[in-house]
Amino acid sequence: MNGLRGLLAEFAAGDEVLAAARAARLAGYVALEVYSPCPVEGVAEVLAFRTRLPRVTFVAGLLGGAAIFLFQVWVHAIEWHLNIGGRRALAAPAFIVPTFEITILSAALLTAFAMLWRNGLPRLHHPLFAVPAFARASQDRFFLFIGAGDPRFHAGHVRAFLESLAPLEVHDVPR
Amino acid sequence: MPYPTDETRWIDGDHDIASINDAIADTVQSPQHRRAWLRALAVAAVGLGALAVAVFGVFWWYIGVWGVDVPVMWGIAITNFVWWVGIAHAGTLISAILLLANQAWRRSINRFAEAMTLFAVACAAMFPLLHLGRPEFFYWLFPYPNTYGYWPQFLSPLAWDFFAVATYGTVSLVFWYIGLVPDLGTMRDRSTGLRARVYGVFALGWRGSARHWERHQTAYLMLAGLATTLVVSVHTIVSFDFAVAQLPGWHTTVFPPYFVAGAIFSGFAMVLTFLIPVRAWLGLKDFVTIRHLDHCAKLMLTAGLVVAYGYLAELFFGWYSGDPHERSLIASHLHGRSAPLFWTIIALNVVLPQSLWWRRARRHIAWLFVLSIAINLGMWLERWLIVISSLEHGLLPTTGGAYFPTFWDWLTLAGTLGFFAFFMLLFIRYVPVIAMSELRELVAHRRPEAP
Repeated sequence: MNGLRGLLAEFAAGDEVLAAARAARLAGYVALEVYSPCPVEGVAEVLAFRTRLPRVTFVAGLLGGAAIFLFQVWVHAIEWHLNIGGRRALAAPAFIVPTFEITILSAALLTAFAMLWRNGLPRLHHPLFAVPAFARASQDRFFLFIGAGDPRFHAGHVRAFLESLAPLEVHDVPR
Repeated sequence: MPYPTDETRWIDGDHDIASINDAIADTVQSPQHRRAWLRALAVAAVGLGALAVAVFGVFWWYIGVWGVDVPVMWGIAITNFVWWVGIAHAGTLISAILLLANQAWRRSINRFAEAMTLFAVACAAMFPLLHLGRPEFFYWLFPYPNTYGYWPQFLSPLAWDFFAVATYGTVSLVFWYIGLVPDLGTMRDRSTGLRARVYGVFALGWRGSARHWERHQTAYLMLAGLATTLVVSVHTIVSFDFAVAQLPGWHTTVFPPYFVAGAIFSGFAMVLTFLIPVRAWLGLKDFVTIRHLDHCAKLMLTAGLVVAYGYLAELFFGWYSGDPHERSLIASHLHGRSAPLFWTIIALNVVLPQSLWWRRARRHIAWLFVLSIAINLGMWLERWLIVISSLEHGLLPTTGGAYFPTFWDWLTLAGTLGFFAFFMLLFIRYVPVIAMSELRELVAHRRPEAP
């Protein structure tokens, strides 16, 4: 099975691929992936996948905000104190605006970068793109993928199993 | 996110997942009206050229070429700045707040409105930078270590503006692009040759796996939450430019909410001004239905009522303050030097929008279009009244003055209009104007009738 990365079953609707993923999960396959042109509700639960991205947003916002606040304190109270009519150097309320803005900016940028990084993007080439039918994964077809890395993977058995789910077609994914 | 299945009512006609792709991708792949588009682009390019000349003029002769002088040191450049930032706000409201509120109808217009946000912020950002007096030193606003031992003054609204607008522009761009990536993947897979490569590079190798989508949707939701705070904060900070000053008509606590409402009001007006011709031009009436326009009109009316309240509050607090300078400014607005301007604004921004209480007016496309232009104009004049009439009035009769915009002022304004139109035209030609992946989600449960 060295020439095979996995098998890909093609479906016409989101509900069908969801049912197929559930069946594959029940059959004991673990190296599963679903490819779809839009999010399919419930698929992430079937694949037992959870993202921790919100933590990135929270921590990035917190650190960015703290950094710019302390930076302003340093600039105005320590590094370059200007005496303007005796006003206090550490004017915390006036520091709120940049603090707020940098909180939002760092949270947004790091969330976006973390999303791309965890998704392994950018990666312009991928073995899946070698399957001609996969071009419709971004348009109107839904795919269930069982990888050759699965401990229970056997090309003949997996193909028979996928055929039993009544897909439109089953494709080989070359390595 | 779960949507009840009847949300498909936001799509007219008998569309399934494939026909949605075809209808929207065709606006890019086999566009109609190529000649008309080229002609429009040529006109917009003239505007872009005018902007280049106007910016060159300011760099060469400095802002003396604008009609600004003591006491009116902020001319229409600042009016334009406030106006353009305001226009940007509707895009963020549609894409962020309506996403959090689970409004399915936003899916047909969010991409378009976000693109408007991006270009409007770019137009807005030019004005304060050009207005610096020494625009070539704009980067001094950015805190970077330098040999002068100099840092920005963080207590100044100018520095606040820089942080607010820079954050707004960046977050809007990221939000827009992250939402666009799956659609760029679709365009990559539908195109061939060079186009496929270009779309492919921008699609970053998007494959639409369940894990991709889960992270993507989570990130999108996080970004929407962050952008929601920007909807209310950016124009708040713009209003601080005025509200922290002592000038009559500026030093008011109502300014932040009043500015935010004005921003959303004018933003929706600009959305309608562009959306009405574009939906007809690109043949997207199945996706941007009359009911979408109706909803935009309702939100515009709501924002307009808050703006009307802002006008009232401004008058009331001016009178209630007992301050003779504030009172004389109000007298000037009601029946003095600035009265013609003030009552024009009331007619355009308060009286005319009341027609939107009637369903027939909200669904009358020609009226909506005319009204949206009237509101754009009204909101620009309102910013004139705030910026210039207050400065002309001053605290004492001896500090009064008059301001007339020069040729260079108008050229800069016209130039930014050209800039905005130019990039909107490029956008509708090369990028799917509707988020295909989001519309597909609405019909994904439907199995196509025939294979």
